Amino acid sequence: MDTKTLEIRNLTVSIPTDRGVIKPVNDVSLEVPAGSIVGIVGESGCGKSMTARAVMGLIRYPGKVTGGSVFLDGREITAMPERERRKLRGAEMSMIFQEPMTSLNPVIRAGKQVAEAVRLHTDCSREEAKARTIAMFREVEIPEAEARYSCYPHELSGGLRQRVMIAMAMICKPKLLIADEPTTALDVTVEAQILALLERLRDAGTSVLIISHNLGVIARICDYVYVMYTGRIVEQAETSVIFEKPEHPYTRGLFRAVTSLREGRDPLETIPGQVPKLRHLPEGCSFSLRCGECTEQCGTILPELAETEPGHRVRCHRTGKGGAA
Amino acid sequence: MSEYLVEARGITKEFSAGRRKTIHAVSGVDLAIREGETMGLVGESGCGKSTLGRLLIRALPPTGGEVLYRGRNITAMKEAEFAPLRKEMQLVFQDPYASLDPRMTVRDLAAEPIETWYPGEKREEVTRRVKELLHAAGMPEEFLYRYPHQFSGGQRQRIGIARAIAANPSFIVLDEPVSALDVSVQNQILNLLKELKTSRKLTYLFISHDLNVVRYLADRVCVMFLGKICETGPTEDVYRHPRHPYTRFLLDAVPAPDPSRRGTAVRMLKGEPPSPADPPSGCRFRTRCPYATDLCAKEEPAPRETGGTVTACHHPLREE
Amino acid sequence: MILTRRKQAEQAMDIALQSQIGEEERFGDLMRRMARENKTAVISFFIIILMILAAAAAPLLTPYGENEMDLMHRLSAPSAEHLLGTDEGGRDVLTRLLYGARVSLLIGVVPALLSLILGAVLGVIAGYRGGIADAVIMRLADVTLAFPSMLLAMVIMYALGGGILNVFLTLTLVNWANVSRVVRAQTLQLKNSEFAEAARITGVSGGKIMRRHILPNCLPTLLVLFTLNIPASILTESSLSFLGLGIQPPNASWGLMINTGRQYLYNAPWLCFAPGAAIMLTVLGFNFLGNGLLDVLDPRQKKQ
Repeated sequence: MDTKTLEIRNLTVSIPTDRGVIKPVNDVSLEVPAGSIVGIVGESGCGKSMTARAVMGLIRYPGKVTGGSVFLDGREITAMPERERRKLRGAEMSMIFQEPMTSLNPVIRAGKQVAEAVRLHTDCSREEAKARTIAMFREVEIPEAEARYSCYPHELSGGLRQRVMIAMAMICKPKLLIADEPTTALDVTVEAQILALLERLRDAGTSVLIISHNLGVIARICDYVYVMYTGRIVEQAETSVIFEKPEHPYTRGLFRAVTSLREGRDPLETIPGQVPKLRHLPEGCSFSLRCGECTEQCGTILPELAETEPGHRVRCHRTGKGGAA
Repeated sequence: MSEYLVEARGITKEFSAGRRKTIHAVSGVDLAIREGETMGLVGESGCGKSTLGRLLIRALPPTGGEVLYRGRNITAMKEAEFAPLRKEMQLVFQDPYASLDPRMTVRDLAAEPIETWYPGEKREEVTRRVKELLHAAGMPEEFLYRYPHQFSGGQRQRIGIARAIAANPSFIVLDEPVSALDVSVQNQILNLLKELKTSRKLTYLFISHDLNVVRYLADRVCVMFLGKICETGPTEDVYRHPRHPYTRFLLDAVPAPDPSRRGTAVRMLKGEPPSPADPPSGCRFRTRCPYATDLCAKEEPAPRETGGTVTACHHPLREE
Repeated sequence: MILTRRKQAEQAMDIALQSQIGEEERFGDLMRRMARENKTAVISFFIIILMILAAAAAPLLTPYGENEMDLMHRLSAPSAEHLLGTDEGGRDVLTRLLYGARVSLLIGVVPALLSLILGAVLGVIAGYRGGIADAVIMRLADVTLAFPSMLLAMVIMYALGGGILNVFLTLTLVNWANVSRVVRAQTLQLKNSEFAEAARITGVSGGKIMRRHILPNCLPTLLVLFTLNIPASILTESSLSFLGLGIQPPNASWGLMINTGRQYLYNAPWLCFAPGAAIMLTVLGFNFLGNGLLDVLDPRQKKQ
């Protein structure tokens, strides 16, 4: 299939602050082909969550989408009025978050919340909504689904709550599921199960965009990966390609850090310094001050995303294809 | 003189959670840490590792059992007798933001332990010492008069570490100190912790749910499940040849940043995690264990030693 | 030219530092920052200072005596001779306003401050120590709050007799309980915060924790309670004086002026409006000042 469930073109989100405008999402383009799992990886503050929220239309004042467009299944949704957007949410595209406890209403029973989501988007009776909910609970492997329907969120474990969230997100069979750090707050044994579940959902026809800072999670289930840094995409490639031959110094730095930990090297590899605040981005490549291979050009000219081999793009001057030079 | 710096004997902690409901956070745990070593403590949420860490430094009173420090029973001591020992044992918190008073400057935060334990010092002297501490923790002294909210997670954790070493303790409990940090910053902090351990002759109890991190720092590791210790032994031994089924599952479940392992079926645990308010009879892990037998339900497995590793299981895994 | 790793690290640090260098902020800096950021607070500050000065310099500012009666010109409207008119005894309203300011400002601020201190100390001890201290203090607070404040004030004043010092004492005793309840609630929360736990583990004594960690973090609440207590005190005092239990007429206090002026609301409204406006100005002034202080004292609001 050649269709793209999600396509983002040159998306930019700006937030005015009393010291100038910052862009947590800066000229980001990505796509999620139908029937695939795509991952965005990056450290905190790189803009990956913001990108997801922009797609869902959840950017709040004073932030605003100031450039680019988003296409869901070919339809342009950025310019849609909120009324229309709301109809899409939950029905055609939905999102699950890191902390299920804060996204579930603590005073309403779990099952009821999911059933409400069904009735919001489809015309069905209360009994039918309940039946569909319980069926969905079974599909996401919530044991004793009938009993769990009547549980309050705090009576469920973290893994179960996340499954309830997934049930709520999937019950209207959306085409796109965005998962923002879905397993970060979960134990490692539960994480494995949730990831397997996401794979099954993909097999059943939903495309998934997963956001994570955990390289292991990305390696486990993603087909294609985008790496973000200070609001921009700095590298993108198929999973196996990016793990085998990362090109961007930041990506390499990340991988080295993770590998050195697993191999127990002493001292551990690090990327010197820390992620710059968006207000204080250096001129040119935003990674230049921390980069071990930085040249003078890197400090003045922003490199473009350029293809180094089919399907593999890097934003770096070093590769010789990044700049205006 | 005991050969162990810190020892827990049959330590138990129970919390009351409403009518007739008790949370068995830690149940009859024995643990011994030698001076100069790093003991790793791993387990998933709710297993009691944070509680155990706090019990060891008497930040919480135990419901039963005792803790010995350098051979002395600190559980039996009255507050006045124990007070001077507090200086010897400190804690680094998981959340580098919540553990720092938002209204205090970095200087005051790091100075507090110094002022508490060396009360006669003049203000300038204390400030000088604080600068030394910040230097040791990898923070420039220019940050002295800033407030916690102005720093990133990694920097805040450095402040927390500076505080912990300020009064020259011997034993530090690190409760998930890098869990909230990005991978590169995490590595920086781990490097720092390793270096401080050597330069200041510290003993660590490193609590984490991240098996990779523990493997890097710990000499010995201890695996906990629902208030009980499953397995304790030298790190490499436990990681390469786990004997307790739970350890095996934990190790298998960690997603490796290696795409070639995709698609390989991961051995999953059965059922749902049991609740610490209502632990299963006999072996607490049995409801999730695929190898459980009737014996496991009837009798709690006693810790048994085989070749340097202590395991509490009726059917320990054999070496593969 | 390839920048060496070391140079880059230095540059990165420099950039980070430029945004983060700090120095100890002294009181003067604090005030200057408030002046920059919160003009309303500064204006309020000056208005209050002005009122205090006017009250202190009352004899110099007015040719009339505080109780100088002029029955020929009673209840006359504001004019050139009597800028705010005269009251039922022919006394100059502006003069009484100025002299009354002395009383009312003191009555407003001093008991509010005293009850704040008393309530905060007791509240923190009750919340932090718990046990018997908590039980005793809270029962005392409950008893105090069980009585309507006016009634309680009357009883205490009756027992103590008149005079301004007794008014202070009474109002303090009437208002402390509310403060202590609120502070206790905050203490219970803060006591379990991680930074309080960190201080305990460091070995800091309970008393020090209460002083250095808990009370400063109660500051926003305390400031709000302070500004709320001021008008409460002024108004309670006015009723007391009216009943003859506080400031004795014919001496002036704003509250007393309002109370006596009520009868003449139709024919001589200035008798009520003048002191009413004065009270309002005071209350708003302290309110805005309190807000300004709150912003300035909150480390999170400190702009770099």
